Amino acid sequence: MPLIKFLRSTVGLKIIMGVTGAALFAFTVIHMVGNLQIFLGQEALNNYAQMLHASDEVIWGFRLGLGAVAALHIICAVVLTIRNRAARGSEAYAEYAAPGASLASRTMAISGVIVAAFIIFHLLHFTTQSIDPSFKELTEIHKGVERHDVYAMVIKGFQVPWVSAFYIISVALVSFHLSHGIASCFRSMGLTNPAYREVQEWFGLAFAVIIFVGMAAVPAAVLLGLVKL
Amino acid sequence: MSLDSKIPSGPIAQKWDKHRFDMKLVNPANKRKYSVIVVGSGLAGGSAAASLAELGYNVSCFCFQDSPRRAHSIAAQGGINAAKNYQNDGDSVYRLFYDTIKGGDFRAREANVYRLAQVSAEIIDQCVAQGVPFAREYGGTLANRSFGGAQVSRTFYARGQTGQQLLLGAYSALSRQIGLGKVKMYNRSEMLDLVVVNGQAKGIIVRDLVTGKITRHSADAVVLGTGGYSNVYYLSTNAQACNVTAAWRAARKGAYFANPCYTQIHPTCIPVHGDHQSKLTLMSESLRNDGRVWVPKRKEDCGKKPSDIPEDARDYYLERKYPSFGNLAPRDISSRSAKEACDDGRGVGPGGRGVYLDFADAIKRLGRKTIEDRYGNLFQMYEKITGENAYEQPMRIYPALHYTMGGLWVDYNLMSNLPGLFVIGEANFSDHGANRLGASALMQGLADGYFVLPYTIGNYLAQQKEKAPSTDHPEFVKAEQEVHDRLNKLMSIKGKRSPNSFHHELGHLMWENVGMGRNEKGLKEALAKIPQIREEFWKNLNVLGDKEDLNNALERAGRVADFLEFAELLTLDALERKESCGGHFREEYQMPDGEAKRDDENFAYVAAWEFKGVGQAPVLHKEPLVYEEVHMSTRSYK
Amino acid sequence: MSTSNSMTFNIRIWRQKNAKTPGKLVEYKLDGISPDMSFLEMLDQLNERLYAKGEEPVAFDHDCREGICGMCSLNVNGIPHGPDSQVTICQTHMRIFKDGQTITIEPWRSTAFPVIKDCVVDRSAFDRIIQAGGFVSVNTGGTPDANALPISKEIADLAMDAAACIGCGACVAACKNSSALLFVSAKASQLNLLPQGKAEKDRRVLKMVEAMDKEGFGACTNTNSCEAVCPKGIPVTFIAQLNRDYAWAMLKGAAAEPKATVGGA
Repeated sequence: MPLIKFLRSTVGLKIIMGVTGAALFAFTVIHMVGNLQIFLGQEALNNYAQMLHASDEVIWGFRLGLGAVAALHIICAVVLTIRNRAARGSEAYAEYAAPGASLASRTMAISGVIVAAFIIFHLLHFTTQSIDPSFKELTEIHKGVERHDVYAMVIKGFQVPWVSAFYIISVALVSFHLSHGIASCFRSMGLTNPAYREVQEWFGLAFAVIIFVGMAAVPAAVLLGLVKL
Repeated sequence: MSLDSKIPSGPIAQKWDKHRFDMKLVNPANKRKYSVIVVGSGLAGGSAAASLAELGYNVSCFCFQDSPRRAHSIAAQGGINAAKNYQNDGDSVYRLFYDTIKGGDFRAREANVYRLAQVSAEIIDQCVAQGVPFAREYGGTLANRSFGGAQVSRTFYARGQTGQQLLLGAYSALSRQIGLGKVKMYNRSEMLDLVVVNGQAKGIIVRDLVTGKITRHSADAVVLGTGGYSNVYYLSTNAQACNVTAAWRAARKGAYFANPCYTQIHPTCIPVHGDHQSKLTLMSESLRNDGRVWVPKRKEDCGKKPSDIPEDARDYYLERKYPSFGNLAPRDISSRSAKEACDDGRGVGPGGRGVYLDFADAIKRLGRKTIEDRYGNLFQMYEKITGENAYEQPMRIYPALHYTMGGLWVDYNLMSNLPGLFVIGEANFSDHGANRLGASALMQGLADGYFVLPYTIGNYLAQQKEKAPSTDHPEFVKAEQEVHDRLNKLMSIKGKRSPNSFHHELGHLMWENVGMGRNEKGLKEALAKIPQIREEFWKNLNVLGDKEDLNNALERAGRVADFLEFAELLTLDALERKESCGGHFREEYQMPDGEAKRDDENFAYVAAWEFKGVGQAPVLHKEPLVYEEVHMSTRSYK
Repeated sequence: MSTSNSMTFNIRIWRQKNAKTPGKLVEYKLDGISPDMSFLEMLDQLNERLYAKGEEPVAFDHDCREGICGMCSLNVNGIPHGPDSQVTICQTHMRIFKDGQTITIEPWRSTAFPVIKDCVVDRSAFDRIIQAGGFVSVNTGGTPDANALPISKEIADLAMDAAACIGCGACVAACKNSSALLFVSAKASQLNLLPQGKAEKDRRVLKMVEAMDKEGFGACTNTNSCEAVCPKGIPVTFIAQLNRDYAWAMLKGAAAEPKATVGGA
């Protein structure tokens, strides 16, 4: 079976990691753009949130799809990490300089695990709102209809200094993961050639920085009191 | 035994065609009933093993490296000749044939050389089909360059790594056959003896270099593609493990060794810089296309910085002595001229053993970028080794042992006087005469392996009525026992000296006395000393480690032991050949202007030596060289 | 330039009797080393001195000593082929080390490259990958004229960049995952780029990747370590090419075994 061959091969798994990584990256960019609407004010952000939740089918379809992509990315990563460890062998180098490899590239598994942990916290925090159930009570009346006040939730959430600090550190790690991951996706998907290689590497680094700035801007602004209720 | 070269009759251009028609064929369905042993996996051995397996024979291939891809053919840099006439500059099969005969100083066999030129074009086709990335022009056609000793551009190349690319082509073909199960490959396995049954070569004894296990292998024919013997000089451009053992073991079993004194000294190597040196590094002769060779005119200038020596104080001696070929004069001539300049006290660099190869004019004419494109990797290599930047100051070069034209005697079918033993590539003697032209070694290795041996071996096999002997045959048992005894002896001497130290001592003696310029006194001195070193070797050798593990010292000891026997034959051949020709230069036989003085009346023959025992005088068999096509003339490159 | 001063080194080198016995790093003091010596000539010196003391010399693979055969394979101070860039260890000269320095020498480490003795490893896994598909299936003879198919200089040069691989295995040794993808991609890409190799491009890529995985090499995580140590400077863009060729081959369904056909007349 070709598909089974594909799934068994290291190259096949890496192609899946590339494709899913690229999808997760694209989602991160959209997510960031959505977040930044907080700077347009309460109405804009809440309109956006309402639009996203307009249809249960759409949002759940999207959530399930994204979850599957993330799960695939993680499963492939776990399988490959186990295989890579085995390939390296039991006898370690007494000295190993990891020539040419950036710190980010060598620590993708670790940064990946931390990012995953952060995402779980983030989902519990703002999506299921289980960490502080009082978030569920935050509503506003818009055009005569009651709706969830996301704006208030975000500000309340980030007014807790340790939460904001944790988010800022975590998005830094996301960026760190992406600083290697974006260019790596291009390569794993086979979209790199000598002419585009450098462009892709700069693109990856640039977006890692953009994601960090864009994502950290929200908790930082709340903490600094630039955005408030 | 008489020496019948089995050259087919008829006009030279039709000999090979006629012979192919006359040879007996093995029915395609019967080929799988025959087995062939191929020793060596370089250009000759690798291409032969692949081609034989493609035809349907069962092939066993042996190499002492960890992979067939590492054979020393890989180190050839410059290129491969072929009479394609793609450049429309007047090349032809006949011209390549003539150039090769003339370059070989009229000491090669005409019919073999003509055949070599004939199949040369097919080699390029074959290699391109295998995916060898030869250099190309913008229009997509193959690029060529000219090479030492030729006035046409017929050399095909792949950057400075032509040998590597051709070898990897042959290796890929061989790998395909290994994957298909038609070739059984034995890596890290060294042939330690030839097995002769009823006067025919029918097998070999092999040591597994990792486990030390000795095994017997039987076949219908044995092919040796085991390279040359330059390392008898210790310092050469050859890889560390290149050796004469396989050929010498065959010689001890009755195969004649032909023209061992024809050794080639390559003019463009990086000079020796110290006693600890383990090898000499060659830089492609293609450098001579753009570099100009010179030494100071006056001895007093030798210590000066080259940039401080004005134009009129420089002696561009090749351009001066050979105006039409200039810096592209053949290898033997360029090498000897460098030695003369240094002997004259005008050598440069440490020890005064070096001449300049200057690119300043070429950089001025073509720009640094063009020179970088052409020779970038060589300049980089030079800098890594010497710490000097050759874009800014001239390179220093000096000749070094590089290739050996001599080898086991073979007839037109590439079969030695021992029926069933075929010898191909550098290991045989047949095509280069007394001197090989640049870019012709690759051509010969692949011609033998792809396009000659696969036909001629069939002619022999078709006449074999009996099956290959069992490895329980008494000759196999005896040969294996001899190998065991010899290894045990090497291990048990327990003297004081390492195999390397004996090799070093032998090499030094050979270079000084049997090197670029040879004379009767020096040769006789070497003949007296070699047995002494050999005797000391067998008394005072120390091999550490175990016989049953990987043991580099034991491998080396066996190879040095064979060099110590072979060196004597080489020296004797040099003494007996009382003329100068090609790579063999006897100081007593030279023209008033220092050119080699050949003696066609007395020495137009192949000297094939029959081994009679260590310390015993070998018997000389002469194969007269008959020139039907080419008139023997004095070689002139002026 | 050559200098006459001699250098002293503290050599820590891996000693292991054979595949079955565990090994360890052993230290030797080595003086009288000339800066003009190559790294392997320095090891020759070490071995000659061990010999004089009646100790077995250190086994290490080497042959051509001019950076092309791919036999030498030493990990020096944590870097395959040592600190000098784009050369093999046999072409590295002692002048780039500091007098008095400690030099740690280890064999290539990878499950697919088991140690045979001291610093000698078994790299036959590479041969088996080539045997699986690293060739153009063309027999000797009957090939078209070499100029029959024009190949653009750019493509020929790119194929040559890939073909420069010497099969030393430094890429595997340097990779934290012991991935062989630089080797495999260079070998496959050379042939896939050229018109002569196009016919069996899909099959070649699938077979070689399958063989590579079977040998137990790891996956490529694009760290660029391979490229950094490659003595021939082969770029990682060939890995991307291999991934692309592999994906296409899969998309085309080339991995499905063709139905057996009855052939011949």
